[in-house]
Amino acid sequence: MKIKTIKRSSDDYVPVKSTQESQLPRNLNPELHPFERAREYTKALNATKLERMFAQPFVGQFGHGHRDGVYMIAKNYNNLNKLASASGDGVIKYWNMSTRQEYASFRAHYGLVTGLCVTPESLSKNKNENFMLSCGDDKTVKLWSVNNDDFSNVRSDDEVTTQGLIKTFDGEHAFQGLDHHRSKPTFVTGGAQIQLWSTERAKPLSNLSWGADNVTTVKFNQNETDILASTGSDNSIVLYDLRTNSPTQKIVQTMRTNSICWNPMEAFNFVIANEDHNAYYYDMRNMSRALNVFKDHVAAVMDVDFSPTGDEIVTGSYDKTIRIYKTNQGHSREIYHTKRMQHVFQVKYSMDSKYIMSGSDDGNVRMWRSKAWERSNVKSTRERNKLEYDEKLKDRFRHMPEIRRISKHRYVPIVIKKAQEIKNIELNSMKRREMNERRTAKDKPFVPQRKQQIVGTVFKYDEKRRRRNIDDEEEDVDSD
Amino acid sequence: MSTPHKRITKARDGQEKYERPNKNNSKEYKKSRDKKLKANLKRMDREYAQTISNAAATDYLLPESSGYMETEEEMEKTFRVKQREIVKDVDVSTANKALDLKLNEFGPYYINYNRTGTHLLMAGRKGHVAAMDWRKGELRAELFLNETCHAATFLQNEQFFAVAQKKYTFIYDHEGVELHRLKQHVDARHLEFLPYHYLLATAGESGWLKYQDVSTGTLVSETKTKLGATTAMTQNPWNAVMHLGHSNGTVTLWSPSMPDPLARLLSARGPINSIAIDRSGYYMATTGKDKSLKIWDIRNFQELHTVENLPTPGTNVSISDTGVLAVSRGPHVTLWKDALRRGKAARPCFGSMGGNPNRNTPYMTHMFPSNEINNMKFVPFEDLLGIGHEKGMTNLIIPGAGEANYDALEVNPYETAKQRQEQEVRSLLDKLPADTITLDPNTLGTVDKTASTTRLSAKDLATITIGAEKTKKENMDIPSVKVDVKGKNSGLRSFLRKKTQNVVDERKVRVQKQLEKEKTLRQRKTKIHNNEISEDHKDLVDEALGRFS
Repeated sequence: MKIKTIKRSSDDYVPVKSTQESQLPRNLNPELHPFERAREYTKALNATKLERMFAQPFVGQFGHGHRDGVYMIAKNYNNLNKLASASGDGVIKYWNMSTRQEYASFRAHYGLVTGLCVTPESLSKNKNENFMLSCGDDKTVKLWSVNNDDFSNVRSDDEVTTQGLIKTFDGEHAFQGLDHHRSKPTFVTGGAQIQLWSTERAKPLSNLSWGADNVTTVKFNQNETDILASTGSDNSIVLYDLRTNSPTQKIVQTMRTNSICWNPMEAFNFVIANEDHNAYYYDMRNMSRALNVFKDHVAAVMDVDFSPTGDEIVTGSYDKTIRIYKTNQGHSREIYHTKRMQHVFQVKYSMDSKYIMSGSDDGNVRMWRSKAWERSNVKSTRERNKLEYDEKLKDRFRHMPEIRRISKHRYVPIVIKKAQEIKNIELNSMKRREMNERRTAKDKPFVPQRKQQIVGTVFKYDEKRRRRNIDDEEEDVDSD
Repeated sequence: MSTPHKRITKARDGQEKYERPNKNNSKEYKKSRDKKLKANLKRMDREYAQTISNAAATDYLLPESSGYMETEEEMEKTFRVKQREIVKDVDVSTANKALDLKLNEFGPYYINYNRTGTHLLMAGRKGHVAAMDWRKGELRAELFLNETCHAATFLQNEQFFAVAQKKYTFIYDHEGVELHRLKQHVDARHLEFLPYHYLLATAGESGWLKYQDVSTGTLVSETKTKLGATTAMTQNPWNAVMHLGHSNGTVTLWSPSMPDPLARLLSARGPINSIAIDRSGYYMATTGKDKSLKIWDIRNFQELHTVENLPTPGTNVSISDTGVLAVSRGPHVTLWKDALRRGKAARPCFGSMGGNPNRNTPYMTHMFPSNEINNMKFVPFEDLLGIGHEKGMTNLIIPGAGEANYDALEVNPYETAKQRQEQEVRSLLDKLPADTITLDPNTLGTVDKTASTTRLSAKDLATITIGAEKTKKENMDIPSVKVDVKGKNSGLRSFLRKKTQNVVDERKVRVQKQLEKEKTLRQRKTKIHNNEISEDHKDLVDEALGRFS
């Protein structure tokens, strides 16, 4: 007879020394873990409640801000904690984001600063050197050096300082919009014409204009570095290719576009902020329709920026709120506002996608968390595991009514709530009217939401696509 | 964009153990035209397969192996082996666990273990209650209550226990200090604690099943079983449904959110003596006063095995974590392995009947001479069966009865005080609401697909509602003229009575006219009946005047 019983020596499980961790053996057999689904649901519910409890989006403001509205913010793509901002009175500031104090501050232009960018680090000779480019209504583009040691003594923007000013480019018209090439020493300016400049030359290299209207913003693609997008006051979006030195594509929309941002992960996609309260997501290969429409704002969207991960965008609006969208969803997942924040003109993601900077009419540069409940302190492994587990659970049970209700709930200012209601009534009545019209006029074409904003395109995308399909079929026949 | 690469999940041996019961494993979504949904579901399927495979891969990391008793010769039978032979054979630490407490004075004893299996709770019928750490032999609380005690159970951990006494149920702490008298739980004879819901369920002489939430102190639900005194009670550890046995031989399944039983099973022709359910919630075993032993598959409520005519009625039945079935009759305990399976070969039998290999002969037996067993419980995570009897309690060594590998994050037999406190907080945070107790614990978070089929389609609904409108419009709902009924019983009369009294509308006039017509026809009929007029009589004057009415 062979007999064996469970022999569990307590020495294996109970720590002998006080410094030892006690053994925690696991057995993943589901029979030992009853009510798996119900318990996970309870955990998900608790996690969702905790998320809302810890949701504190506002981190703080930068220094004492500007004296006029902040109408320009530029990120430093190479540095996590540097940021430039410019205001309506022509003052430019360069900020340290970790201390939220300014490095440098100069009175750069007479009147509005209309364009600002930080030049890439690779262009400077030593690593710590940074340059800024700014343009304004005073028909000049200025190149600034923002070395730490140069400006340790300059703290006041009362006097016009020439310290740090390296170069001035004189133009023939007031500039609007400015952006620097990712790797080459060239930059582009908007205004009455769209011009390409070299930092080494005093005069523009070339003029890229297509049509006669004003160009309001210009934006280089950071991946396909020679592609460039601009928006015009004729409600157009034009794409250029610097390799051929010519414009390539153009569409005209019903309303003005305020800002453009290229997707940092998918180089062919970009998102635009439009006056019609929406942001639109476009594919440059087929601009006959938007890939997605981001709704929810109740006033013109003034600026839009992609998270460096490419799956979220942030928008700032004239309705004094900031919203965050997932690129594959049409409605915002988050709304940020404070009592004192006025019309938001600039929003930018930080380069680690953890923070959002906003510049508004009230002259403050504010810093927000991109995930309101997240904290960036150092976490222990257990804490991190717990948070990751909670995220997964929240995602898994997000459709449950109770969890959805709690996670969706936001306090929204009454003004915006009211405006939303009115807007809904208007939109519904328009929709109803269109439906009624279609009931009588059967031949009235149906225009999907993603095409409604487009007035015209230069290329006939749809026809082209159909022709290609026909070609494919013919080829198939041939091969057979 | 990242290029989609296909991950191939390795299917492993013994993977079935880790599979979750999934009703929705049809691949119907492949027909769906929603690309996002399809991709999402596909990803979920892939992740599930990966998880199951990964879980199965941890199988050989399990530190312990379960016990066994095997014969080496053909003539050897495991059930002939005596406890004292086993004690001699096994190692010292196991032999020490074969506890035998002689308490002649206050018996018979009801015994219970806490969830970790470290603490033992004994309640003598004559009022002796003791809680102890039986492995260390430390007595924690000892009470002499001077009144009858029927049952006792630990609550969430060994710090609290409840005792069903003569009239009320009481809650004591680890030192034996009385904390609560549950005055709503009168004449309780059976106590069960649902650890994940923090509910104490009681049933007994009164025929009421009551649930008390021990974390908030509220009485969650009380239900009248309407079947007299409850003779047996146990919980289904898989779905927290309570199984009650009654004196008419039925077993009823209860959830606190429902006023009626979820199911009724007729399991014996006399009172039910005892019920046991295995930890997976698949099988239930019952014994009755009619000397029967039944094993049910409670997934589909089918009987697996019925053993009629036990030598004496089985008084207690219990199922271990590994599926060993124990039945007690008077002083006897008999255990079977593999009794919870379909097929004739699995049916529990008492003898080998001349060495027939296809019979499920007992795995082990034991007898307490001149004694009677009161109750028995398998010790969690040990190869032991605790037995409370008239002269104290005894732990029998049953090799292969216990789960060898515990999960420390669920129930930890070696937990420190700190870990116990943390576990308590964690389990309170994850406490499940009482009204989520259902037969299928996985219904939460699923979509009720039958709802759309039970609901009427828009078209059907329209025919019903529009049809009703139509009959009203065409006066189809006005009863027809019936000559045969008496005037008082006329349908027209009651129709008129239902209409608003002070409103005279077109329909009312119509009905009044019909009623008048009915009256004249009736009068004519009686006249014909009394032979005052002939059947083909025509009142020419009336007919001539009729055109003016």
